[in-house]
Amino acid sequence: MARLWRPLLGVMDLSSISGVLAAEPGGGEGTGMHMPSIDELYPEPFWRIGTWFEFNRLDLVRLIAIGAVVLLVYLGARRTRMVPGRGQSTFELAVGFVHHQIAETAMPPAMARRYLPFIAWIFFSVLALNLTGVIPFLNVSSNALVAVPMILAVCAWIAFVAQGIRAHGAGHYFADALFPKGAPKIMYALLTPIELLSTFILRPVTLCVRLMANMIAGHFLLTAFFMMTSYLFLQASGLVKTVGILTSAASLVFVLFEIFVACLQAYIFALLTSVYIGLAKEEH
Amino acid sequence: MWLASAPEGIGLFVPPWDEVIISLICLAITALAVAKYGVPRYLEVLDKRALAIEGGIKRAEEAEAEIAAIRAGLEGEKEAARVEAAKVREDARADAAAILAEAKTKAGEEARRIQESAQRQIDSERRSAEVSLRQDLGTLATDLAEKIVGESLKDSALASRVIDRFLADLESQTTAGKGA
Repeated sequence: MARLWRPLLGVMDLSSISGVLAAEPGGGEGTGMHMPSIDELYPEPFWRIGTWFEFNRLDLVRLIAIGAVVLLVYLGARRTRMVPGRGQSTFELAVGFVHHQIAETAMPPAMARRYLPFIAWIFFSVLALNLTGVIPFLNVSSNALVAVPMILAVCAWIAFVAQGIRAHGAGHYFADALFPKGAPKIMYALLTPIELLSTFILRPVTLCVRLMANMIAGHFLLTAFFMMTSYLFLQASGLVKTVGILTSAASLVFVLFEIFVACLQAYIFALLTSVYIGLAKEEH
Repeated sequence: MWLASAPEGIGLFVPPWDEVIISLICLAITALAVAKYGVPRYLEVLDKRALAIEGGIKRAEEAEAEIAAIRAGLEGEKEAARVEAAKVREDARADAAAILAEAKTKAGEEARRIQESAQRQIDSERRSAEVSLRQDLGTLATDLAEKIVGESLKDSALASRVIDRFLADLESQTTAGKGA
């Protein structure tokens, strides 16, 4: 059990801080401070099935986020009525945001309606998995690992290519995308590799890396401030402790900032996916 | 420490298989919850509401049109009633004038008739009175003359001559008086 709960508490885990304390009793300024590293995102699994399947802290965080999504969607949509109650209103507000502010800004209304389940799936999955980064005791976003961003980016890629092929036929779609009309023939030597790279490779890669890098950076930022605060309050001597007030205030500000980033990244991922799908339909 | 060693470099972007499988399972669950359950219900209620609103607007428009039609009908009826009332009043006034004129005419005729018949009666009565007066006068005069002349005039032939002379005088006097 200890093996299970210790990683659960993660960076807020007092025992790990006390472990640091114990390791360096009476440590001077700087020497006892634990700074975050990329290793934290790859904790030891606490549950193994067979030789290849491992279940670690981040998987648990992921499951909690998914559970929250399922629960909230169920609560919001279980009894849909013409005159909505509070739960349904909130649910409609959230889905309506994706519908009107994301899907409909990038596609015609009928198409936005058809793609809404897909876009909403991306938005709410990314949002829920991002927000675990600022929730106490979870304190890490599993989107800092490549798997989910990559899967979603691949889905987005498949969706917009499929839309392009459906709208224009495979030949036309790829020809139009790779050989932009109106350019002199000689320019294709330059344009085609660029278009290939930007449309079919960089789009999904940037979707994936943007999200992942934001979550890694956010985790480091928050962890650094939490660690500094705990170090300054618990280990620093004299007046230096008062600096901890500053760092804890900064922690609060950065928590708010990370909530904003979590929402923003979900919004950007969903919006760019919509835009790519919309462009695939329009492209000529 | 519980920390495992992290992958380095490009290894960060190569997810291990178990990671991919757990992620796929998680995303499949959210796909079921959001795309298969939540969003369709959202769209369904959105459509229902749109229909209801549309229906409501249509019903309101129909009701409004109906009210407008009824109001127009009422307005027409009111106008017709006003016209009819005016006509009735006009007719009544005309009738009254006609009746009055007729009554006046009748009354005038009646008056004239009464006057004429009265005149006739007066004339006839005067004539009969004249005749009767003339007779009475004759008799009275005779009687008087008889009494005055008395028995001296017993001779009837004489008497009738005197009478005739008297009457002739009277006659001439009357005609002279008339002529005058």
